[in-house]
Amino acid sequence: MSNVKEILFDPVFNNNPIGLQILGICSALAVTTQMSVALVMCIALTFVCAFSNLFISLIRNQIPSSIRIIVQMAIIASLVIVVDQILGAVAYETSKQLTVFVGLIITNCIVMGRAEAFAMQNPPVISFVDGVGNGLGYSIVLMVVATIRELFGSGSLFGFEVLTLVNNGGWYNPMGLMLLAPSAFFIIGLLIWALRSCKTEQIEEAEYEIGGHTALSRA
Amino acid sequence: MATDKDSMKNILIVALSVCFVCSVIVSGTAVSLKPERIANKALDRNKNILIAAGLFEKGVTAESEIDGLFESFEIRVVDFQAKRMLSEQEVADTGIDFGRYDQRKAAKDPATSVALSTREDIASISRRANYAIVYLLKEDGELDRIVLPVHGYGLWSTLYGFISIESDGNTVSGITFYEHQETAGLGGEVDNPRWKGLWPGKEVYDESGDVALRVIKGAVVPGSANAKHQIDGLSGATLTSRGVRNLIEYWLGDQAFGPVIKELRGNT
Repeated sequence: MSNVKEILFDPVFNNNPIGLQILGICSALAVTTQMSVALVMCIALTFVCAFSNLFISLIRNQIPSSIRIIVQMAIIASLVIVVDQILGAVAYETSKQLTVFVGLIITNCIVMGRAEAFAMQNPPVISFVDGVGNGLGYSIVLMVVATIRELFGSGSLFGFEVLTLVNNGGWYNPMGLMLLAPSAFFIIGLLIWALRSCKTEQIEEAEYEIGGHTALSRA
Repeated sequence: MATDKDSMKNILIVALSVCFVCSVIVSGTAVSLKPERIANKALDRNKNILIAAGLFEKGVTAESEIDGLFESFEIRVVDFQAKRMLSEQEVADTGIDFGRYDQRKAAKDPATSVALSTREDIASISRRANYAIVYLLKEDGELDRIVLPVHGYGLWSTLYGFISIESDGNTVSGITFYEHQETAGLGGEVDNPRWKGLWPGKEVYDESGDVALRVIKGAVVPGSANAKHQIDGLSGATLTSRGVRNLIEYWLGDQAFGPVIKELRGNT
């Protein structure tokens, strides 16, 4: 059972898909201006990641290696369409705000990456757990980013006003930058830096080193 | 079995069965959830009409009140060729069931729409339906405001929305877009309440009766001569802003709702 726990929680801190593998950044930039929207995106991605892992793992022994990627894509794409349809039926407002990004889960590297790297080699149950774990890893980063962006960008959390805005007669002048995509880059960058400062084993070895003032003497 | 896995036969079997199962699941969900999706869309459209008219306040008005509030509107049909609103008799004569009328579908059908020439097609919509449904809000029998459906091409997609004009036939009382696929955070800011809040009070027509309402690049200079006709552009979304400017110019112009709005102005 400790194995299951490891697979579930390892992607959250030790092997975070965004923090360590730097995957799935696109949607992390786009849907994190509001916590409620980010939360729905996290649930959708975790669902797709878990079930695509499960189904792919179930038929992994039948999938011919020459068409494995396209089979994975077909399964992931179907799940994404199902999720998109369900959102349209039960959470219309949020699904409108998510626009194309639910559809773009299909191309999310985390889902593809886990299907190819884990589900193709492992039995169904453990693959499902791995999918949930990676979804959680993605979710925790997204929610942290969304919390910071919504709090400083709009002065609210989950749509409830926390810092009263100047516009509404309060004192807080919102940081417009937080509502724009680059701020998510900065926040994710800082998060990765913090994570790697705590867990130094995550620091990658430099692929090359720049020598000090060597160009002239060699030229 | 191991060698069998990569045989041509197995490839075909796996490919076909995966496609079959996936298509059954996808079409199954699509069909079974269709009524909810349609109902949500209709509710959302009605809500946006109310928002454009300034009757719906986010967080204040409950979703359940929408149907009741919506009943205060008088629904009329505009004939673009006749350039006026039709009477009840004329509506019946067209033989079209306007309770189920879909302007978007009608615009695709050559029988119920006209193709626009490049010169006419300011809003890049290529075809325009012959009829549109407009919503009149009356207070004590007097016209208070009129809500008009508008659409036009932005950067990635067609923006669909409503604009509401006060009974003077000139002052904007609200605008909203209920469907578009513009970039979230940039062009998608057409949904931003603060930006939409810039619209009420602006004037559509200049002295000569032409559409002067414009979304400009950058911010409006307060106190300048044209400030009453101008809206700040969306930063980082030049093409979406231009799309909004074009659709305003088209739909409020002489080709579309212009004559209807002017008639209102004549009546008051």
